[in-house]
Amino acid sequence: MNAVLTWLTDGAHWQGYDGILQRTWEHVWYSAIALAIAAALAIPLGLWVGHTGRARFLAVNLTGALRAVPSLGLLFASIMVLGSRLDGELATLVPTELVLVVLAVPPILAGAYAGVEQVDAAARDAARGMGMRGSEVLFKVELPCALPLISSGLRSAALQVVATATLAAAVGLGGLGRFLLDGLAVRDYAQMAGGAILVAALALLIDLVASTLQRVVVSPGLTGKTDRRDNALRRLKTTAAS
Amino acid sequence: MIRFDSVTKEYPDGTVAVGGLDLTAPDGKITVLVGPSGCGKTTSLRMVNRMIEPTGGRILVDDKDTAKMDAAELRRGMGYVIQQAGLFPHRTVADNIATVPRLLGWDRRKSRSRSLELLERVGLPGEYADRYPHQLSGGQQQRVGVARALAADPPVMLMDEPFSAVDPVVREQLQDEFLRLQSDLGKTILFVTHDIDEAVKLGDQVAVLRVGGQIAQVADPATLLGDPHDDFVADFVGRDRGYRGLGFRTAPVLEPSPEPTVRLGAGVDEVRRSGDQWLLVADDDNRPLGWVEPSRITAPLVTEDLHRGGTVAVLGGSSRAVLDAALSAPSRRGVLVDDDGRLVGTVTLAEVAAAIEQAVGRGKR
Ligand SMILES: Nc1ncnc2c1ncn2[C@@H]1O[C@H](COP(=O)(O)OP(=O)(O)OP(=O)(O)O)[C@@H](O)[C@H]1O
Ligand SMILES: [Mg+2]
Repeated sequence: MNAVLTWLTDGAHWQGYDGILQRTWEHVWYSAIALAIAAALAIPLGLWVGHTGRARFLAVNLTGALRAVPSLGLLFASIMVLGSRLDGELATLVPTELVLVVLAVPPILAGAYAGVEQVDAAARDAARGMGMRGSEVLFKVELPCALPLISSGLRSAALQVVATATLAAAVGLGGLGRFLLDGLAVRDYAQMAGGAILVAALALLIDLVASTLQRVVVSPGLTGKTDRRDNALRRLKTTAAS
Repeated sequence: MIRFDSVTKEYPDGTVAVGGLDLTAPDGKITVLVGPSGCGKTTSLRMVNRMIEPTGGRILVDDKDTAKMDAAELRRGMGYVIQQAGLFPHRTVADNIATVPRLLGWDRRKSRSRSLELLERVGLPGEYADRYPHQLSGGQQQRVGVARALAADPPVMLMDEPFSAVDPVVREQLQDEFLRLQSDLGKTILFVTHDIDEAVKLGDQVAVLRVGGQIAQVADPATLLGDPHDDFVADFVGRDRGYRGLGFRTAPVLEPSPEPTVRLGAGVDEVRRSGDQWLLVADDDNRPLGWVEPSRITAPLVTEDLHRGGTVAVLGGSSRAVLDAALSAPSRRGVLVDDDGRLVGTVTLAEVAAAIEQAVGRGKR
């Protein structure tokens, strides 16, 4: 344990092209690309499925099937297929991102369509009955009401992607996975454990940021977290009055 | 004016929910659709704003065929209130109310002040503007639902069992407020309920539907209660329709007898002077407070001595109220007051009965 601490706190390990900062940056970068692509695919698809009620069985089966894909197997298979057709770093980066995207799509897709589906039928009926058109119902009612589930889908995707992005190192790329593999190669267990701790810490940090963001974008009317604000308002009023 | 012209709705599975409905909902009046569950009330209502498309016939609003209008625009011009209120949980009360004004492109400030105005109209305090729906009771949510439907001041309102999800006491309140609101606003309202009491209380015109969406009878409430068209309507209207029907007859010609009164604080001698078994107590403005039994009074009159059982009827009010006043008074003399609540006199049960009989008889012959 002491050895791990020593490894983590050694300033020299943080610097340079293979230092902790650089590796963390790479790790975040791989994860962010995958999440952005997955969200760009899965959120519109999920909203459409939830809004129209069409192709629901497809969405359900797709999420199930994608969840069953073994990441490592997909990684090697896609390197074999794609690797020879791409140049340089792309030959390994594209397959890695593919694996991460496949991992991230199911929770995001499920969050999006379930989020829209669970919107109160009466609210949706009222929205149409007051003269909202289809897209207005989607963007003014269904999407805002689906935000809690969409964002929890995104958060669980982010956790999985950050943990799995360590695979990048297995195909010669960077990221925090390097410390795990390089440590293993030279039997430097302190480095391996340190790497694992860094991945976990990064995942926690990202989740913390995400939960803060969630609190900002999700209406307090949906979370029921109106009390704190109400109390603050009441206090303000009483101080103003006195 | 909303006009159904042989309107039919056959669902894809072959269910004929509405079979050839002809009905006119006149301007500025409340037309109630009432009938047993599954008789096609909701379907009829929702065909007006084209939430459901008819499979036959036409629906005209102000003589314009709704089928030829843009559905979203048609709906923006009609208030729509549903049973579960259907408020948007992510929006504050004020933003909920401002929905249609915002859709119509009003600016933020104008929409907001309209919301506050309506909040007051439906009897909710201004502080509620920035609350969220989950912070309101069912009755309050329903008020907001009504305010939201009124926001852009549509001439037509469609209401599907708006008060049936709340408890009876709140329902009564909401109905009374709704009638008050309507007497100010004079909207053309189509109102759906399965509750005949609500129908006769609210409706200027009541259409009783039977299963299959056919009209059994269209009439004003008094006629419906007094002269049901057939067994189905008579059954639906209920057993005590005779008594309830009195609620729609203005009181028969009555000649109230003067009633001696005493004030609170009157001494034992004064109270016992009349020798009657029951004595009416009134305040300084001659407003009746209650009856006392002089034989039981042993000290100057206090509030606790009052018998509160009797109801009070307004002279010129309904026969039902007068009859109830006579029935409920321990003295069997019904207390009548003027519009300001001041005592006019009393009538006996026999006098009320005779007068009602005369009035009913007059109506028949
Ligand atoms: N989408 C649908 N598909 C098939 N049949 C339907 C559909 N909607 C309603 N129905 C049928 O049409 C008939 C009328 O339904 P509607 O909802 O108009 O009744 P209602 O008078 O409002 O009843 P309630 O008082 O229970 O609300 C019923 O027999 C119902 O089963
Ligand atoms: Mg119904």
